[in-house]
Amino acid sequence: MTQGGPAAPGPSAPGKDPGRGSRALGNRGVLVSSASTVLFFTIIAVVVVLAPGSGVVAERFFSPSHLWQSLVGSEGLPSVLGAFLLNVQIFMVSEVFILILALIIAVVRGIPGPVFFPFRLVAVAYTDLFRGVPLILVLYMIGFGVPGLGLGFVSYLPDVTYGVISLVLVYSAYVAEVYRAGIESVHESQNAAARSLGLTRWQSLRFVVLPQAIRRVIPPLLNDFIGLQKDTALVSVLGSIEAARAAQIYGASEFNYASYVVAALLFVLITIPLARFTDRLIARDKRRREAGALA
Amino acid sequence: MRERGILIGLLLAVLLLVGCGGTSAESGSKDSKASCDLDNPSLFEKGQLTVATDKPAYPPWFKGSPKDYSGYEGNIASEIAKRMDLPIKWTVEPFNKSYAPGAKDFDFDINQITITPEREQVVDFSDGYFDNAQGVLVMKDSPAAEAKSVSDLKDFTIGAQVGTTGLDFVNETVKPTEDPKVYDSTNDAKSALESGQIDVFVTDLVTTVYLRDFEIEGSTVIGKYPRNEQFGMLFEQGNPLVDCVNQVLGEMKSDGTLKKLEQKHLQQYLDVATLEK
Amino acid sequence: MNGQPALLLEGVHKSFGENEVLRGIDLTVAPHEVVCLIGASGSGKSTLLRCVNLVEPIDSGRVVVAGEEITADGVDANRIRRRIGIVYQSFNLFPHMTVLRNITLAPREALGTDHAEAEKSARTLLERFGLLDKQDEYPDRLSGGQQQRVAIVRALAMRPHLMLLDEVTSALDPELVAEVLAVIKELASEGMTMLIATHEMGFARDIADRVCFLDAGHILEEGPPERIFTAPENLRTRQFLGRIIEAGRL
Repeated sequence: MTQGGPAAPGPSAPGKDPGRGSRALGNRGVLVSSASTVLFFTIIAVVVVLAPGSGVVAERFFSPSHLWQSLVGSEGLPSVLGAFLLNVQIFMVSEVFILILALIIAVVRGIPGPVFFPFRLVAVAYTDLFRGVPLILVLYMIGFGVPGLGLGFVSYLPDVTYGVISLVLVYSAYVAEVYRAGIESVHESQNAAARSLGLTRWQSLRFVVLPQAIRRVIPPLLNDFIGLQKDTALVSVLGSIEAARAAQIYGASEFNYASYVVAALLFVLITIPLARFTDRLIARDKRRREAGALA
Repeated sequence: MRERGILIGLLLAVLLLVGCGGTSAESGSKDSKASCDLDNPSLFEKGQLTVATDKPAYPPWFKGSPKDYSGYEGNIASEIAKRMDLPIKWTVEPFNKSYAPGAKDFDFDINQITITPEREQVVDFSDGYFDNAQGVLVMKDSPAAEAKSVSDLKDFTIGAQVGTTGLDFVNETVKPTEDPKVYDSTNDAKSALESGQIDVFVTDLVTTVYLRDFEIEGSTVIGKYPRNEQFGMLFEQGNPLVDCVNQVLGEMKSDGTLKKLEQKHLQQYLDVATLEK
Repeated sequence: MNGQPALLLEGVHKSFGENEVLRGIDLTVAPHEVVCLIGASGSGKSTLLRCVNLVEPIDSGRVVVAGEEITADGVDANRIRRRIGIVYQSFNLFPHMTVLRNITLAPREALGTDHAEAEKSARTLLERFGLLDKQDEYPDRLSGGQQQRVAIVRALAMRPHLMLLDEVTSALDPELVAEVLAVIKELASEGMTMLIATHEMGFARDIADRVCFLDAGHILEEGPPERIFTAPENLRTRQFLGRIIEAGRL
């Protein structure tokens, strides 16, 4: 009003606008929470270091020289990092096929009309089957069973290809259900509006329903991505050396398990950006929907 | 945001501390040559000899059922138990776990385990009871069947079981142009060979001959490669029982029992030409 | 044109399960005529409109649009729907598309109009109704009244011969109703044939050439608005209108 200069902050106000997390609590609150967190981890560290056998654990799992050597590889021993590239390749190739196959299954499952009943049945049977069978069994059946049949070129593919096929078959079943949930969450009035404009069923699906459906299920989709990234390790049962197997070979030879720690870290490091990205998408979608609700 | 950074930094520091801090203390000492009293040996379970091997256990190393295995290794173990005046009890230990460091739930493990200096750092072995060579198994109709020497194998797809000296042989001596295929078990490698996923399977000689004669139709062993390897019985590190077992094994060697067992069970499997390098 | 009606319903029956919603509707709409349907909720107004544009299949009877029986076997429903525009109570704009794209989607995909042409027509329409500055906005940024006007433009972009409006102001805040009614009035003045289901009695009186009162699946009474609203003949009509007047909505 008529006072000149800045208003003096009151005894409890932190000085700026309230609401942004720690500032809202005030500096004292921040101090207490930080101090207690630091204390918590210090206690854990002390307990771990003082525990009997901790020296062995440190040497066996966290020895810096072994961590490094297993990461880069050496004479006769594969590099965990190099082998991890195989995991990444398997992941990328599989993911593309999964997204496509799962969409087909989800759409087929939703086609109405008695004429399409056999197709719907196949789609349902597919998801039931491949969500029910453990991935490791599928890998064995396809990776060892199909080659054993001796059927033309189908039986002479590289083992990684069988691995990708297995991952695609199993994960498409899960992702199809995620898509289906998304499609069903789009209100029927959207489809009605599209059809009313004269768009065909497929045009409505393609331009109106699916874009909305997919946007809605991006968090669970990314969740399945993250699971897939880890399951690429299982492909090693078919022979190829990916990161987990490379870690195992190192461990079996050197009797040091730092290689497992390295492999684990690589998997985690690649998962973290995906997980944070998912969080951001969820937050943004929430903001958009809440903004819409105010209109 | 800053707090998060501090906490992450703290965590990493803790990890590093633990990693570098622990230099000493290997559990158990490496050179305990505590002697063993044959009349009162220290056993995993009092009053019986607990012996471990993998499942499935293959002939000719093991025959019969886990109630009482016979076969080469089966007979060695039961002979040792008999001479120590103890009943024998068989348990299961997967190959991949057996040579890992740490406490064991058996007195010893007998499972075609090669004595290597690396393994000796973390477990104890008895004296050797068998000289092992690597066997090279291929399908008869595969081009790999024409190979005459180790270097001829370079360009083929070679498979081996993880953690075996067979895999070491492939990596160190054969040095194939393509990475070898590594399997969890002999069973998986066998399937891979039969279906053409691999051209060559390398494992211990006796097993390759057994597979050729009894399990994989149309296969052939193109040669053996001795590597100055011996099989030994595997004990937890520092177990004084090693001494007793070595004593008994020594007797079995000098009185010809071991040789007789080898002739009985393994003779037919050893007649394979040696591969040149 | 020739003397045939723009829209003809003959003996139309429609049930949902056990519930018979339309119990034999006979209705004629002449070209350029504006017909308003009034009646209580559940009387079948929305269902009637949805049967006209084939979103709902009818159980018996006929629907004839510009001389073509659209409920006959073998008729391509998509083709028919392209010529009939419908606007719903809840707007139903596509939330993942801008206003412009909402409008150009169907002309481009269903009519094959090329991209530039479709956008040009869309902008012309938007400008006419005062919405051009919103062309790149997403629907969630528009007020209810603006969204509904966009919905009307979206339907008009297909150049329909007949427009069906299903309670298009019922979901709007009162102060936004007027702008939408203004649009509809303008369409009427340009000669668009319209069948309008509405609660807005004042508007109906203002704009309709004919008013039909729907009750329990029958058209009980129809006629020019002056007569219906001042001297209804049917008892039920009088009761319905009486309640409306009491509520101060007429």
